[in-house]
Amino acid sequence: MSGMTPAGDFRSSYRADTTIFPTRGSRVALLIGIAILCTCPLMLGRYELGLLITIGFMGIAALGLNILVGFTGQISIGHAAFFGFGAFASALLAEHHVPVPIAIWGAGLMTAVVGLVFGAPAARLKGLYLAIATLAAQFILEDFFARARWFTGGVAGRITEPYTVFGVSFDREETYFYVVLAHVVLMFLAAANLMRTRDGRALVAVRDHYLSAEIMGINLAYYRTLSFAISSFFAGVGGALYAHYLLFVSVEAFNILFSIQFLAMVIIGGLGSVMGSLMGAAFMVLLPELVQVGADLLAGSAIDRALKLGASISFLREMVVGAAIILFLIFEPDGLAHRWRLVKAYWKLYPYSH
Amino acid sequence: METGLLFQLVLNGLIVGALYGVVAMSFVLIYKASQVVNFAQGEFLLVGAWVCWWLLTTWQLPFWAGFLVTLAFMTLFGVILQVVVLRPLIGEPVISVIMATVGLSIFFQALMKWMFGVFAQPFPPIFPVERVRILGLEVQSVYLMSLGISLLIMLGFWWFFTWSKHGLAMRATAFDQQVAQSLGVSVPRVFAMSWAISAVVSAVAGVVVGVVNGVSSALSFYGIKVFPAVILGGLDSVVGAVLGGLIVGVLENLAQYVDAEWLNWGNMYQVAPFYALILILLIKPYGLFGTKTIERV
Repeated sequence: MSGMTPAGDFRSSYRADTTIFPTRGSRVALLIGIAILCTCPLMLGRYELGLLITIGFMGIAALGLNILVGFTGQISIGHAAFFGFGAFASALLAEHHVPVPIAIWGAGLMTAVVGLVFGAPAARLKGLYLAIATLAAQFILEDFFARARWFTGGVAGRITEPYTVFGVSFDREETYFYVVLAHVVLMFLAAANLMRTRDGRALVAVRDHYLSAEIMGINLAYYRTLSFAISSFFAGVGGALYAHYLLFVSVEAFNILFSIQFLAMVIIGGLGSVMGSLMGAAFMVLLPELVQVGADLLAGSAIDRALKLGASISFLREMVVGAAIILFLIFEPDGLAHRWRLVKAYWKLYPYSH
Repeated sequence: METGLLFQLVLNGLIVGALYGVVAMSFVLIYKASQVVNFAQGEFLLVGAWVCWWLLTTWQLPFWAGFLVTLAFMTLFGVILQVVVLRPLIGEPVISVIMATVGLSIFFQALMKWMFGVFAQPFPPIFPVERVRILGLEVQSVYLMSLGISLLIMLGFWWFFTWSKHGLAMRATAFDQQVAQSLGVSVPRVFAMSWAISAVVSAVAGVVVGVVNGVSSALSFYGIKVFPAVILGGLDSVVGAVLGGLIVGVLENLAQYVDAEWLNWGNMYQVAPFYALILILLIKPYGLFGTKTIERV
């Protein structure tokens, strides 16, 4: 939203200053981008589409976490548990004959309520105390998943219904892609819009200086908890989309490592950047693929035999995730979104970039 | 209720709790000295135990030699982590620092799985395993050894922070960095030292657990169990950490007992401390002995 504006584009009203897309160019670029994405199912294979779908629902959940961490300045180490809650809630609703398109939003709302419960400590705690409280939430919810057979199906997991509208079933990558794309566009526009509203500005004020925010009449407890609810809503919708994509949800998936991956997306994408969440999600989804490609290239070579690359590929992926978090924090703390802004600025000023 | 079983559970809880206390102490040490919440504390145990196991099995070193090499390695390990990863992040927001240690945690967890596999490996027998009767209760001698070592470490901590020059320098730094600096304390060195000591002490705990239960990635869970302990005791209190560790150890065992007798939920052993954690955070977030910072959130 912020950043470079072309010469001659003066803002003469507050309304002009807070638009999501400041120039005509950016609006056109967005429409072209969506149009290109719409043609993806015609051009790409099922595997690539699967990756794009994964980026989509992970991006929605990461966006939720970014609203919490990046915009409100509260850390949560339990995001995957909320993501999982959304997945199971949507599966449960669909089983009780709620149409899947409605079940997804219903799951989002249910997750938001759970987020409110576990976000309640946020009204009193901050910083690392809150981080530890959400860590506890992660373990308590994970335990709940393992125990509540009526909700999750226990160790057997739960089979979910495919996404169906008016008898048309979106159960293949080529068709489900459009479902995810529609949700991604909707959720990202909603988040970008949220940041223009009174509530969105209040969240940022809470992050920047809670004392000044309170003096300006912002109810801290209310906005801290609200931010948890919103973040959980996004996580729930993302989780629901995940459930109806895989058509099966297992209890073990939503562990702490998954939560850390969401945090990594937010940090790598850029704290406090809406588009950064999507970039971070794309990075984190594609990174393991890159590791796989690298391992495949080395397959059969001496390095592969010495280090047992093929057999331990899952550990390698985890290591790369950990290393990516640390390296980004040290060398690029503003994330990919910042890098993207620099690239854009470079091309705008092209011949005279200095 | 069988009192015998209850006593046995409490004793088990105290033995495990003493180890939690040791790990919690080294966690608090890092927090006090450098204001870093270390989510990778459990990985110190893991790395230490695996290194010691590797020296003992692959290199066939005698236990004392392998143990000393492990301690030397962990000193280096702690210092390198602090200098390479944490030092560039000084002055960054709390969230970034927490995330960096979280990143360290999953990095080393995966690295250890890659290098040593996912299966628990037993230590070569070091102490004869036999049962000892104390006050009518049966206790394995390794557990007694673990309790003894925990107490020894705690005593060592007490001596270090009350009488030694470096310990006093650390306390001064924890109290006020600028004042300590003006008195000639090298703050970067104190930071590095706190990480080194913390890594070494955690590694000792890791080796003890490894000798008792075998080495596996489950060791890193001690790093998570530390949080209920330190929150209960107060984040910046060494005494509180020890007490918190003991309480969490006993609580786990009692929760398991209550669960097995009446509730039949299963898994309470793992989860009960986290319910306690949430409660404490809501009622008394600064713990039993923590410093109350006066600020309304």
